[in-house]
Amino acid sequence: MSSVSSRSHVGAGTVSRWSLRILGLGFLALLLVAPLVIIFFETFKDGIQPPLDAITSPNGMHALKLSLLMVVIAVPLNTVFGVVCALLLVRHKWKGNGLIDSVINLPFALSPVVIGLALYLLYSTNGGWFGPTLAGAGIEVLFSVPGMVLASIFVSLPFVVRETVPVLQEIGTEQEQAASTLGANAWQTFWRVTLPAIRWGVAYGVVLTTARVLGEFGAVTIVSGSISGKTETLPLFVSKEFERFSEPGAYGASLVLALLALMTLLAMNLLKRKEDA
Amino acid sequence: MEANPAALPSSAAPRAGIRLPGVGTGLGRGYVVLYLSLMVLIPLAALVDESLSSGLGNFWNQVSSPQAVRSLELTLVASLIVVAINAVFGTIIAWLLVRDEFPGKAAVNAIIDLPFALPTIVASLTLLALYGNESPFGIDIAFTRTAVVVALLFVTLPFVVRAVQPLLIEMDREMEEAAASLGASGFTIFRRIIFPNLIPGLAAGVALAFARALGEFGSVLIFAGGLPDTQVSSVFIRSQVESGNEPGAAAVSMVLLLASLLCLAAISLIQRWGSRHERSTGDGLVMPMAGEMPSEKGGDDELR
Repeated sequence: MSSVSSRSHVGAGTVSRWSLRILGLGFLALLLVAPLVIIFFETFKDGIQPPLDAITSPNGMHALKLSLLMVVIAVPLNTVFGVVCALLLVRHKWKGNGLIDSVINLPFALSPVVIGLALYLLYSTNGGWFGPTLAGAGIEVLFSVPGMVLASIFVSLPFVVRETVPVLQEIGTEQEQAASTLGANAWQTFWRVTLPAIRWGVAYGVVLTTARVLGEFGAVTIVSGSISGKTETLPLFVSKEFERFSEPGAYGASLVLALLALMTLLAMNLLKRKEDA
Repeated sequence: MEANPAALPSSAAPRAGIRLPGVGTGLGRGYVVLYLSLMVLIPLAALVDESLSSGLGNFWNQVSSPQAVRSLELTLVASLIVVAINAVFGTIIAWLLVRDEFPGKAAVNAIIDLPFALPTIVASLTLLALYGNESPFGIDIAFTRTAVVVALLFVTLPFVVRAVQPLLIEMDREMEEAAASLGASGFTIFRRIIFPNLIPGLAAGVALAFARALGEFGSVLIFAGGLPDTQVSSVFIRSQVESGNEPGAAAVSMVLLLASLLCLAAISLIQRWGSRHERSTGDGLVMPMAGEMPSEKGGDDELR
C-alpha cells in the first residue's frame, strides 16, 4: 500500500478528504459504535448486581442453555450439509444444481417471520400437513424445542455452503488427483487433501452460522410461543424482559449477546487472515 | 449462485475431482435434495398452500385490507429510502477503507460486520436507548417512521460496503492517474472513471440490502414498535398470527416471499452482468451476502 504515494490519490484534496472522513466515520460512530457502547452503560448503570441476578435467574439460565442447545444441534447439521452441498455444486455437475443454486440463498432474502410462519403452518396440529401425524406419534414440534431447531436450521442454512464453494473452486483438483494417483481412496483424499485445504472457509461459515443461530429472533418467536423457562432463547428473553420493564434483564442478556457478537467479529478477522495467508 | 459454471477452472471437469464416497451418486444428491426440501421447500409450500387455500379472491381481500396495504407501503418506502442512503454512505465508507489511511482503520473494517453478528433484538433495544426518550443526544425518534428507517439503516449497513470494497481494491489505478495528469478534477475522475466501475457491486449491494430491509423484523420491533403507523410487514404478519388470522398472515407473507424471489433474481442478473464486465478478475463478482470481508490479497499484488 505504501508504495502508492498518497499525493496521487483521487479526491486527495485535504478538504474533501476530511469531509469524507467525517461523513463516513461519523455515520459509523452514530449507527454502529454508539449502540455498542450504550449496552455497557445501560447494563451497569445500577451496578453489576441487578444484571447478574437477572441472567443467573432460572429463566435467564434456561434461555442461555436453550440458545446453546440450538447451536449444538443446528450448526453441525448445517455444516455437514454445507460441505456436501458445496462439493456437489462445484465438483459434480448435474441438472439439480440449478435448482439448489436458486433455493440456497432464499433464507437470506426472506423475512424470518415468514420463515417462522411457514414452519408454523406446516407443523400446526390444527390442519398442518405434518402436525396431526406427528402429534399422533406423540411428537410436539410447535411451542417446543424441535420447532425452534428447525427454525434455526432454516435461517442459517446457506452460510457454510456459500463460504465453502469459492474455496473449493479456488483450490482446483490437481492435489486431489495426485493423491488419487498415489493410491489414496476417496475418503483418504477428502480427509487428507480436500478438507485441510478448505478448512478455513468452512470454519468461517461455521462462525457465521453460529452467530446467526444465537441471534435468531423472528422465526423462533413464531414457532416457540416464547414460554418463559421452557421455549425461550436469549434473544426471546431480551424481548420478554423488555416487555416486563425489567431493564437489568433485557440489558444483561443483551450484553451477553453483544460480547458473543464481538467474539464473532474477532473470529471472522482471524479466519480471514488465515484464509488469505 | 456462486457456483457459476463459467467460473470453474477447466481442470474441475466433473469427473476429475475427488468423489467423496456418495457425493456424486444418488445418495449424496438425495441427501442434499431431501435436506433442502425438508428444511426449506416443504415449509414454504405449506405457506403457499395456506395463502391460497380459501381461493384467490380471499387472498386478494387479505392483501388489500387497509392495514396490510399500509404495512406494505411503509416497508417498501422505508426500504427504498434506506438503500438510497446506504448506497451513498456505503460507497464513502468503502472508499475510506480502501483508499484512505487513518489510525484504527483495521478496527473500523472489522466493526462494519457488527450488524451481521449482533442479534437484531439487541440492536433494537440499544437504538431505543440511544434515540428514544432517554437519548443521551437529545434525539427522540422512538415509535416513529424515522425509527423504522434508522433500524433498517443499521441492519443493512454492511451490504453496500462489502460489495463495493473488493471492486475498489481491484481497480486499476493507471486510468485515474492518466486522467489526473490530463487535468481532470477529483470529482470528474470519480464520476467518469471510478463510479462506472463500481456500478455492478453497488447494484448488487443495494439489491441485497433491499431484500434484507423488506423482511426485517427484530431491529424494528422494540425501537419503532407495532403502532399502526410504524408497523412494517413482518411485524404486521406476527400480529396477525397472534390474533389468529392465519390466512391474512400467509397472504402478506406470500407478497414478501415473491419480493424476495424477485430480489434474488435481480442479484443473479446483476452478477452475470458484472462477471461479463469483470472477466479480468477471473471468477467475476462474489457477492457478499453476509459477513464476507473482501480479501486484501489481490489489491496488494496489484500495487506492488
